[in-house]
Amino acid sequence: MNFNLDFVGRRKLFLIISAVILGVGILSLLLQGLNLGVDFVSGTRVDIKIYKPYSLEEAKDHLEEMGYKSPDARKAGENNERLIFRTSQVLSPDEVDDIEKTFRDAYGKQVRVNEQKVDPIIGRELARNAFISVLIASVGIILYVTLRFEYRFAIAAVLALFHDALFVIGIFSLFQWEVDLVFIAAVLTIVGYSVNDTIVIFDRIWESMSFDNPKTWEDLKQTVNGSLQRTLVRSLNTSLTVVFAALTLFIFGGESIRYFSLALLLGLLSGTYSSVFVASQIWVGWKWRSMQKSTLKAQSAE
Amino acid sequence: MRVQKGKIVIFSLLVIAILATVALTGQQVAKNITLGLDLQGGFEVLYQAKPENGQKITPKVLNDTAQALNRRIDVLGVTEPQISVEGTDRIRVQLAGVKNQDKAREVLGKPAKLTFRTPDGKDVLLDGKDLKEGAAKQDIGDRGQPIVTVEFKNADKFAKTTKKYLGKPMPIYLDDQEISAPVINSVISNGEAMIEGGFTTEEAKEFAELLNAGSLPVDLKEIHSFAVDSALGKESLMKSMEAGLYGILIIFIFMIGFYRMPGLVAVVTLVSYLYLVLLTFSLLQVTLTLPGIAALILGVGMAVDANIIMYERIKEEIRYGKSIPSALRSGSRRSFLTIFDANITTIIAAAVLFYFGTSSVRGFSVSLITGIVISFFTAVALSRILMTLLVRSNMLRRPGWFGVKESEIGEL
Repeated sequence: MNFNLDFVGRRKLFLIISAVILGVGILSLLLQGLNLGVDFVSGTRVDIKIYKPYSLEEAKDHLEEMGYKSPDARKAGENNERLIFRTSQVLSPDEVDDIEKTFRDAYGKQVRVNEQKVDPIIGRELARNAFISVLIASVGIILYVTLRFEYRFAIAAVLALFHDALFVIGIFSLFQWEVDLVFIAAVLTIVGYSVNDTIVIFDRIWESMSFDNPKTWEDLKQTVNGSLQRTLVRSLNTSLTVVFAALTLFIFGGESIRYFSLALLLGLLSGTYSSVFVASQIWVGWKWRSMQKSTLKAQSAE
Repeated sequence: MRVQKGKIVIFSLLVIAILATVALTGQQVAKNITLGLDLQGGFEVLYQAKPENGQKITPKVLNDTAQALNRRIDVLGVTEPQISVEGTDRIRVQLAGVKNQDKAREVLGKPAKLTFRTPDGKDVLLDGKDLKEGAAKQDIGDRGQPIVTVEFKNADKFAKTTKKYLGKPMPIYLDDQEISAPVINSVISNGEAMIEGGFTTEEAKEFAELLNAGSLPVDLKEIHSFAVDSALGKESLMKSMEAGLYGILIIFIFMIGFYRMPGLVAVVTLVSYLYLVLLTFSLLQVTLTLPGIAALILGVGMAVDANIIMYERIKEEIRYGKSIPSALRSGSRRSFLTIFDANITTIIAAAVLFYFGTSSVRGFSVSLITGIVISFFTAVALSRILMTLLVRSNMLRRPGWFGVKESEIGEL
């Protein structure tokens, strides 16, 4: 297979596309923030004692009819005779009475409802901890890549990593999809994939650089384009396989992990895209500028 | 070149042995894995904080208590607890897969207040707040008995106390129970104390961990406790697993369709990857949670990637006109460095996440590191062994077996 695609020539276009998408995401984050789920915001926990066997699906339907969209409800108690329902709204006594009435109508007079205000400190702590850990992990990545290759690769790889994380977070903000604890896991997965994917391509560029030893912009462009072309089939095939996995989870995985697999899907696509169209392009521009500088230095030294 | 039957036999035996092991013990291994609260549900306790002698329950006190409980749960070896503060004075703790509920209650609810008292045991001289944080550890005493050593923040204060009560006993209490009453034989100036209590090594270790986790700032009263169903529910867990299976099947079909014979080898290595990861989890008793599964998916991705990188490199070498055996040699050598760099970078990131992360973040990084290490073994080592056997047997003589068309050779 022989590709002749000029990635580097259109690099400004790719960088602008990414900047626009990220810009929209950041704007949305600033303006409307994230739609935080019960893991992160205060809300109400409703404990419904039904005192007899019941169907969870049916109980959820009752809650949906009252306007609680895809309720976070689960069975509890020794004999599964309780229903625990959490919502990020703070319920008024009237609303709690409504729930009691609906469940009494459905399951009999013995039904009792208790509510508690909930403050999920652990969820917020976890989100903060995850964020800080990723920042420190980036330092670790920068150190290794700098020692193994050069610092320009390191910075470009970490920029691509934040590009991918921010892309998914931005999209989730834009569409106001609900963010819960599992979303953190999805973002961590995306970060891991993004780094892995970028390094494979950088490895190839590094190898070609020592082989070609480019001196002019045209040569450098050709070296990078050639490296990207030779790793293109691998990039496509790898992302195809992981996207298959995320897509089947999205389609067949059921309602409760739908947003999780959606985040994975978007992040994996972005991770593949950013290695070729962001990380490599940032690097080639930067590299060229420093190559020019060192030539100028060499000339003035003569 | 003659076909070497011996190599084919070894190759087939290896593949059969791998598949047979997976088929025969796979289910058993999968059953032994502990699932997290989000996957299997667990045990839930609701506590009410009770103020003692004029203490006020503020949100800060409740948060501190929740954090202390969180540290204690680590002592229990439970991963991914869910702890939330409710209302003005309640804390709800949810634990996954706790088999011994009484033990959990004991560790969670104990105030764990350590006191050093006057010889009559009535007045408190020093208490747990005077201890240096995180310095308690299990040790072996001079008669070979398990002991716990602690260190005081203020060595002078301890020296003064030991001077004052020289030659007298200084009983040590955990909550209201005397655990030992050592006689002070000399003035201790370095602030270090040993606690003997007729412990077993296990008990001494647990006690030291409990001290390190810190005492609870308030007394907790259990309001109720009961079992809860998983956040996902059994049904959606089954659905997700089914979805995962479809995903893997599609990957298998794709790999074989695109890479032919090497693709088949990749499938065998992927099967062994999944099996070994599950085996490691069950042996190390890692609790599998949804973030852990996310890391596993990433691991599958990286294992497939390693195979793809290697095969693409081999194909490239074949296209340059190399013979298949030499293409295999140089292709796998060159791809090795790439895979190594990519994996090491990810392992570094995961190790940092583990070091600085808490609960879920940790669970994720443990799964990720396990996945990468094992994928390195299966997708690089095993894959290379199987490929070399196949190639050396001289069965794979046509580039078509690698998905390379004859017309492409030498065009670059």
